[in-house]
Amino acid sequence: MVGLAILVDGLIYASWLFIVAIGLTLIFGVMRVLNFAHGSLYAFGAYSSATAIGLYFDHGRPVVFGFLVMIAAALAVGFVIGLLLERLLLRRFFDKDEIVTALVTYAAFLILEDVLRLIWGAQGLVAPQPYRAVGMVTIGGLAVGVYDLMLVGLAIVLALAAWYSIQRTRFGRMLIAVLYDREAAAAFGINVTKVYLITFLIGSMLGALGGAVTAPRISVSPGIGVEVIVIAFAVIAIGGMSSIGGALTGALIVGFARALAVHLAPTLDLFVVYVVMTIVLVFRPYGLWGSAVTRKI
Amino acid sequence: MQMPKRSWAAGLAVALASVGTPAFAEGPAPVKIAVPVFLSGPAVGAFGEPSKNAADLVIKAMNAGELPPPYNQKGLAGAPIEEKLVDEAGSTATVVTEFKNLVERDKVDVVVGYVSSASCVALAPVADELQVLTVIYACGTSRLFDDGSYKYVFRVSSSQTSDDVAAAHYLLAKYPDTKSFSGINPNYSWGQDNWRDFMLSMKALLPNAAVDKELFPKPFVGEFGAEISTLLAAGSPIIHSSLWGGDLETFVLQATARGLTEHSRLVLTVGEQILARQGKNVPDGSIIGGRGRHGMLATGNAVNQWFLANYKKQFNTAPNFPAYHMLSSLLGLKAAWEKAAAAKGGARPTTDEVAAAFTGLTFETAGGPVRMARGKGHQGIEEVAIGTYAYDKKTDQPTMHDLVTYPAECVNPPEGMTSADWLKQGMPGAKC
Repeated sequence: MVGLAILVDGLIYASWLFIVAIGLTLIFGVMRVLNFAHGSLYAFGAYSSATAIGLYFDHGRPVVFGFLVMIAAALAVGFVIGLLLERLLLRRFFDKDEIVTALVTYAAFLILEDVLRLIWGAQGLVAPQPYRAVGMVTIGGLAVGVYDLMLVGLAIVLALAAWYSIQRTRFGRMLIAVLYDREAAAAFGINVTKVYLITFLIGSMLGALGGAVTAPRISVSPGIGVEVIVIAFAVIAIGGMSSIGGALTGALIVGFARALAVHLAPTLDLFVVYVVMTIVLVFRPYGLWGSAVTRKI
Repeated sequence: MQMPKRSWAAGLAVALASVGTPAFAEGPAPVKIAVPVFLSGPAVGAFGEPSKNAADLVIKAMNAGELPPPYNQKGLAGAPIEEKLVDEAGSTATVVTEFKNLVERDKVDVVVGYVSSASCVALAPVADELQVLTVIYACGTSRLFDDGSYKYVFRVSSSQTSDDVAAAHYLLAKYPDTKSFSGINPNYSWGQDNWRDFMLSMKALLPNAAVDKELFPKPFVGEFGAEISTLLAAGSPIIHSSLWGGDLETFVLQATARGLTEHSRLVLTVGEQILARQGKNVPDGSIIGGRGRHGMLATGNAVNQWFLANYKKQFNTAPNFPAYHMLSSLLGLKAAWEKAAAAKGGARPTTDEVAAAFTGLTFETAGGPVRMARGKGHQGIEEVAIGTYAYDKKTDQPTMHDLVTYPAECVNPPEGMTSADWLKQGMPGAKC
C-alpha cells in the first residue's frame, strides 16, 4: 500500500506542479523573461475561480458546466492581466538585460498582491464544491479524490497540446525560431513583437489556469502566489528553464521526491525538493534538458 | 465690511481646531501604543485582520470609556491612547529592526503585538535592552519564558503547552481506550513544539497509546495529498494537529473529501479560529481547542458579552481567538497601568512602575481571570476549554458540546519548571 500511495501521490503532485509551471517555462523559454508575476497570475486565477464557483454552485446548477465556468473565469482574468502586463510594462524592457525584466516582473508581483487584497480582502475563500462533486475512488485500498486524478488528465492534455502546438503548427515553428535567435527570426520576417505578446498571453492564462484548478482543493488565501513561485522555479530549474519537456521532467522528479519523503522520512519533506535541485544543478547547471546559451556582448 | 485676511485665517484655524476635538483636549499626554500584527502575507486572514479589528475596537472603546467595569475609565488612567498599527510581516531581522524603529524613532510608550513565535523570541531581549514595555499578544511558544527571563516583556495568553495538555486530558476523559494516534503539524517551531507537548502529555496520561505517524508539512504550501494518504494508511483513531489559518482549512477540506475523518477523529488545538467562517466544512466529532476560553469556548461574563456584541456589530463576523488575545492583552495593560497610576495618586506612571504593577497581576478577561503566575510574574495562565464540534444544519450554525474546562493549574507547568521538563516528569503538581 505504501508503494502504491507513493506512486499515486507522486503522480498527482507532479501533475499539479506541471500545470502550475508550464506557463512560466513557456514565457522564459521564448521571451527570456523570468516572470515573477506568474505567482500573481496563479493567485488571481484561484480567486476568480473560487468566486465563480461560489456564484455558480450556490444556485444548484449542473456540475459539469461549473467546471467550464471556473476555468473560463480564470482564463479571462489571466488574459486581461497578461495583456496589461505585456503591453503597459514588459514591452518597454525587452531590449534590456534579463535581470531588469525579472525585477520589473517582481515589482508587478508585489503590486498585484496588494491589488488582490483590495479586491478580495484578507479572508480566504473556500470553494470545494467541484472537488466534492466528483467524489473519490479506491485504488488498491487507497482512497483517492477523483478531482486529483482529473489533474493528472489535465496535465497530460496540456503536455500533448504544448508538444503539438510547438512541433506541428506554424506558430510553433515561429516560436522555436524566436526562441533560438530573436534577431534572425525578425530578419526572416517573423513579427517577434506579436509572437511575444501571444506567448505571454498563453503563459499568463496557463498560470491563471493553474490557480483555477487548484482553488477547489485549498483555502484560497493571501500569499498563495508566493509559495507557488518558489516551487515552480525549483521545478523548471531542475528540468531546464526553456524546455516544456524539462518542466515535465522536473515536475515528476519533484513530485515523487516529495511523496517519498512524506511517506518514508517526513522530516525531510521541508527541503527534499531543494536538495534534489542542488544535486541536479551540480551535475547539470542548465537543468536536465537545458543547454548553455551563447551570450552576445 | 471685509475682515482682514489674517483675521479670517486665525478664525478658521480656531474653528478647525475645535472641530472633532477629542474628549482629552486638555488632559494628560497620550500614550502611544504600537500594535504590530500581520497586515500582509498568509497570516493576515487568520490572525492579522481579526487582531487589527480587535485593537481598533477596544482602543476606541477604551478612549471613550465604553468598556464594562472595571475597565470603564477612559484611556489608560485618563490618558488617551494613540494606536500605531504596524505590519509584523518580514524576516526576524526585519521585525527586530522595525521594533527598534518603533521605540527609538517613533517613541512609542508600549508595544502590544506579535504572533510569530520566532519574532517573539528574537525581540524579547531587545525589548528589555530598550526598556520598553512589550505585551506579546499571541505567539504561543513555551520557549519565550522557559528559556528567558525579562523585566519589560509580558505575555497574557498561555503558551501552546496548555492547549496540548488539555487535549490529552480530554481524550483521557472521553476516549480512554485510545490505542494510537498520529500528528500533522506545520514544520516550524510552533508545530514541532505542539507535537512534542501533545506526545509527552499522552505518554503521561494515556501511556498505552502508541504514536503511528508524525508528519510535518511545510507551512503555506496548501498540498496535503501525500500526508492524507499516509494517515489513511496508518488508520489512527486520533489525529492531532496544530495547523492554522489557510493550512488548517485546506487540510480539513482535503481530508474530509478523501474520507479520512470517517475513520479518524481530528484534534484541532487551534481549530476555533476557523469555525465562524468555515464551520460547515469542519467534520462533526472533531475535538476543538481555542487557546484558552475564546470564541465559542468563552465565558458569558460582561467582558465577553460586550466584546462579542460590538465586534459582530462592527465587523459582521464573530471574533476568533487572535482577536480575543488582543483584547486580553490590552485589558492586562490597562489593568496594570491603572494600578500603577492609582499607587501614584493618579499621576502618569513610568514604564518601570507599570512593569512592576503588571508582574503577578490578576485581571478579568472574556475567558475568565488571567493570572500572571509564571515567568516570574510575566507569563499569564488561564483556564482552557475544549469540546466536541458539531454543525447544526437546522440553524446553519457551528456548535460545541461536551465542553470541559480545565483549571489553569491543571494544564500549565508550575513556576520555575519548563514545559518540557514538567511534561517529561509526568506533570507533577498539576491540580485538575
